[in-house]
This record gives sequence, structure tokens and C-alpha cells, in this order.
Amino acid sequence: MAEVTQLIHHYLRHDKKFPHVFCPGCGHGIVLGSLIRSVHALSIAKDDVALVAGIGCSGRMAVYVDFNTVHAVHGRALTIATGIKMARPGMHVIVVMGDGDALSIGGNHFIHAARRNIGLTVLVLNNFIYGMTGGQCSSTTPTESWTTTSPYGALEKPFDIVNMATAAGANFVARGTVFHVKTLDRLVQQALTRRGFNVVEILTPCHTQFGRKNAFKTPVDMYMWLKKNAVPLESYEKLSPETAAKRIPIGIFAERDELPLEDRHAEMRRKLAGGKA
Amino acid sequence: MSSKRKNGKGREIFALGAEAVVEGALLAGCSYYGGYPITPSSEIMEGMAARLPLTESGVFMQMEDEIASLGSVIGASLAGRKAMTATSGPGFSLMQELIGYACMAEVPLVLVNVMRGGPSTGLPTSPAQGDVQQARWGTHGDHSIIVLSASDVQECLHMTVRAFNFAERYRVPVILLLDEVTAHTREKIVIPTPGTLEVIERLQPSMPPEWYKPFEETVRGVPPMPPVGSGYRFHVTGLTHDDKGFPTGKPDEIVQAIERQFRKIDQFFFDIQITDDYHCDDVETLVVAYGSVARSAQLAVTQARQEGIRAGLLKLSTLFPFPRAALERHLRTCHTVIVPEMNMGQMSREVKRVNNGRAKVVTINRVDGSIITPSQIHDKLRKG
Repeated sequence: MAEVTQLIHHYLRHDKKFPHVFCPGCGHGIVLGSLIRSVHALSIAKDDVALVAGIGCSGRMAVYVDFNTVHAVHGRALTIATGIKMARPGMHVIVVMGDGDALSIGGNHFIHAARRNIGLTVLVLNNFIYGMTGGQCSSTTPTESWTTTSPYGALEKPFDIVNMATAAGANFVARGTVFHVKTLDRLVQQALTRRGFNVVEILTPCHTQFGRKNAFKTPVDMYMWLKKNAVPLESYEKLSPETAAKRIPIGIFAERDELPLEDRHAEMRRKLAGGKA
Repeated sequence: MSSKRKNGKGREIFALGAEAVVEGALLAGCSYYGGYPITPSSEIMEGMAARLPLTESGVFMQMEDEIASLGSVIGASLAGRKAMTATSGPGFSLMQELIGYACMAEVPLVLVNVMRGGPSTGLPTSPAQGDVQQARWGTHGDHSIIVLSASDVQECLHMTVRAFNFAERYRVPVILLLDEVTAHTREKIVIPTPGTLEVIERLQPSMPPEWYKPFEETVRGVPPMPPVGSGYRFHVTGLTHDDKGFPTGKPDEIVQAIERQFRKIDQFFFDIQITDDYHCDDVETLVVAYGSVARSAQLAVTQARQEGIRAGLLKLSTLFPFPRAALERHLRTCHTVIVPEMNMGQMSREVKRVNNGRAKVVTINRVDGSIITPSQIHDKLRKG
């Protein structure tokens, strides 16, 4: 316990007025814990980390943690992160976004950042809903779910973040959940150590806006749902098509080692300086 | 571009206004450009794409849209770079939310807007001056901002340098408004030798990191700003924040933050307001103009003087904060003020506000995608 307390004191901002904004049962704190443990395990200096967050509940994460932090405007976290990374390629630039940020309002930036393969670690906190704005439908809301803007059930098909990131060209694409914490820590650590555009989609429950209105009576029910339905990729591939349709695979979906944009840029500069280009 | 040395003061080139902006940016120390192509501003982007990778640490990024462009510029500026983007009407509209962010988070940057006809996609490569009030008030909420303009190619270079200097000195986004005529005119200019122009760097903190407050009240109202990664870890947000950068809802902290953001510009009006007088000593009919229209006005005034008309020109290089004092000075002797502009009257509103009924204010407005000619202004001068 003392060890945990020390970690908290080292990484959280003592001068920020707590308590935090996350609701009871929210998974965002678990993600924050995972991020801190991963940075600590990899011995990355706090000064070498820039954390850029979007808007909404996940966006508040940047306030609490003692890195160089930026709370961007809705959907644009990746654009600001791009500027920081290109200006300081040596830094670990981490982007924390919700599903609305990453795939709805910021969807264009998401696919282009992946296409560029710029060296960012991107955590997409997917809770299937717009939490802070009052529980409206997002681009990852499962079809037929109830939200305040789909009171008769969502009609649209949700985005698959993993497929989207993989198709757009990200170097590393993974999915984890806040229930499977050990796996999550491992995925976040890998994302932090790899070159290029690294995405970890993290399924995290929003009980307040999603769960209690979609047949999950308590926050625990949502965690139990994650436990049952999130299946490691290796096991998922062995399931019958009918069972697989109801489950969500977790694990690593893409591992490439293509040159990140900032390295390509450095290479061009070397050529130009040598008069070879 | 052929060039030759001139008296050791610089070199002469034959350049577009847009190319002069590129030269000015490089002289000012710009090392990051993020942009998206749009006429009539694209030549600025193309120039930066060619030149920045050849400089010591320059980064050029073609982003996926104008919002991403300004976002990346904000990121680069937070990381300590002098950063710039350029755009035109529709792109400028898209950038407004992030301009507000840059105002609130006090991020220095330069945004060049080569105006085209509007609204909407309007007249893509025709001259217009329709973005003047958008430059001042485009983003939501009360904010202070600096808006500059240039009327010839040489001035494009110098005003770009000044834009960077103001941005860094006051920690604000600075908007340089050009019109298509200025950006696409090719003229001989002198590029000053590097080091001969005043170049201002943003103030760095001298206190230890644990004492540093990124939005602290200071005598000048402008807190020092260290780059991301330098050991000064702080929080940047578009939310109304306290002096440490954390979101606040306390009335006294909100008011203090907004008032300081206004004051840091207001108390340095004398530094920011750049204007030029032509034949204004005994002026009775004053023309107030900016951008390429100021050149037409200058010729019209010269011709009118030859005819014995006591005409003068007040050329505005700073549009906002509006150079009130420079205009007031002439209102003591003027009976008429003529404001020609390529819009329906966006700056004449400011002139009328300051004039407050003293002189007669005559407007010349043109929105057909054509320039305002010297003879058009000359005609009005004759009529008084």
C-alpha cells in the first residue's frame, strides 16, 4: 500500500484541488492508474512526457497528473499532439481521448495521424457514449442501445476503432478493458515503447450515462459484462461464428515496424544537409 | 528569384507578397509551419515547404484541414517553436475555435489570412477585405487579439516579423490580414541581412520550476512561458483557469484572468498601433485605408494635393486594437473622413465609433471582386 501511495504522490498533482470528476464505477481512474504504472515501470521521466487530452470526462485526466499536460478542444487533441511531437521528437507524447473525440468529431484527425504513422501513444477510452454532455449517442454506441439522442434505440452501426486504426496505417493497434488490468498495463507499456502511431482502445464503463439505462443495474454488472464478453484474441479466433458475434476480442491486432513520420523527417533533413536530396 | 547584394544591408529580390511573408517568417525565427492549401494563400505554404527543411530545425507539415493546421501550430508553439499558419476566408472560419483556445491559453502564434471574397467559398482568387471583423471577433467570448495588415510586398516582410514579435512579446495569436492584391503582386524588395532586424523571443521563467505559475499576474501582464519538456511542467487548457492553469469557477479568479488578458494588450497600445500619415499636416479631407486600398489612396491623395485639395491619408498597419489615437489627432482639423474598403463597411464602423459625429464620414465600398482604384478615391476627394 505504501508503494501505491508513493506512486500517487509522485505522479498526481498535489496542488490540484481534488476530488476528481469521475463518477463511482467509472473506469477512467483505472486507465489513469495503468498509465502511471506503465510510465513508472519504463522509468520515463515526467519531463519527457507530454499528455494531451480531449474534452469530456477522459479529458480531465490531464489535470490530475504531473506531466506536461494539455487539455485541448473537442476532437483536436491529436492535432496539438502532432505539433508537439514534430517540434520535440524525443518526447513521449501521449494522447487520451474518448470515443466521441477520437472517432466522431476528431475522426478525420485520427485516420490521418494513423496514416502519417507519427510517433504518438493514443489511448482511446471507449465507453460507447458521450458521458459529460449527458449521455448522447456516439459513433461507437452499439446499435439499438438507448441514449438520450436515441430514445428508441440507436439505428446506426458503430465504428470498430481497432479496424479503423489498422486500416489507416497505425504501427501498433491493441484493445484492452479496465477489467483486465494486468493485460491493460502490458498493452499500454508496449504502446509506450514502440515507434510510430500506437493505439490502445480501452473499453471502460460509463455506468451513469450508459449502463443504468441499458439494463446494467449496477456498475459491477458492467464490469462483469466486460469480464464475460472480452475474450483474448487467441481464444476468440477459436469461437463459433455465433458466439464470436457476441464477444469482443482483446489483445494486439496490428504490429508493424514502419518508419514513423518524425524519423522520415529527420532522414530528409540529413539528406538535405548532405546535399544528396 | 535572382538576387544581388545591396550595400550590405540586405539583398534585393523580385518577389510576391506571399514570398515576402515567407522571408519575414524565416527572419523572425519561425521554425514550424502547419497548413492546408487554399487560394490565394497557397504560395505562403509552398514557400515554407521549400524553405523550412533547409533551416536548422525547421518543420513543415501539410495537415488534413485548417483546424488540424492551427492545432499543430499551437502544439509546436507550446513546445517552444515560433509557429505559423496561413489560410484564406473559409479556412479562417474553420480556425476560429482554436484561435479562441490560443487566446485563452495565451499561446503565441502567427496566422496569415489572405482574404478572398465571401461569405462562404465566395470569390476564390479575387481581392476582398471581408474578414476584418472576423479577425477581431471571430472566436466566441471576450478576448484580446492583435490584427495587422500590409499594403505592399516589402511591408509583407516587415509586418510578418512584427507579427512574430508581438505574438512572442504578448503571448497572443497575431493575425496578419492581407488581401489578394498584396499577396499576388510581384515587386522588388530588400531582404534585410539576418540579425539587422529586431527579433523578440518569448520571456522564459527564471524561478525554479516548483515556483513557476504559467498564468501569474506580472507587471506587464504577460507571464513567462517555458517550452514543454524543459522541466517546467504545467497544465494548459481552454477552460477558464487560475494562475496555475487549473480550471476554476471562482468569480474572482475568472475576472482576474480575463482582465489580465485584456490589460496585457491595452497597456501597450503605443507599442502595437502602427500607422502612417501622408500629407496630413493640414489635412481637411482624410482618407483612412489599409491593405492594397491604401496604395490606391496614396496616389489619389497625391493627385488631389496637386489640385490644391488639402487631402491626407492615414494608413492603418494595425487594425486591432483599433489605432484610435492616430485618428483622433486628425479629427481636430478634418471636416470629412473617407473610408474606402473592399467590403460593405467593416472598418468604417470603427472610424465612425471614434469620430462620434465630429466629421462627415464617407464610405467607398466594393464587393464585386475588383480593386478600389485611385480614381474612385480621387473622385470622392474632389467632392469632399
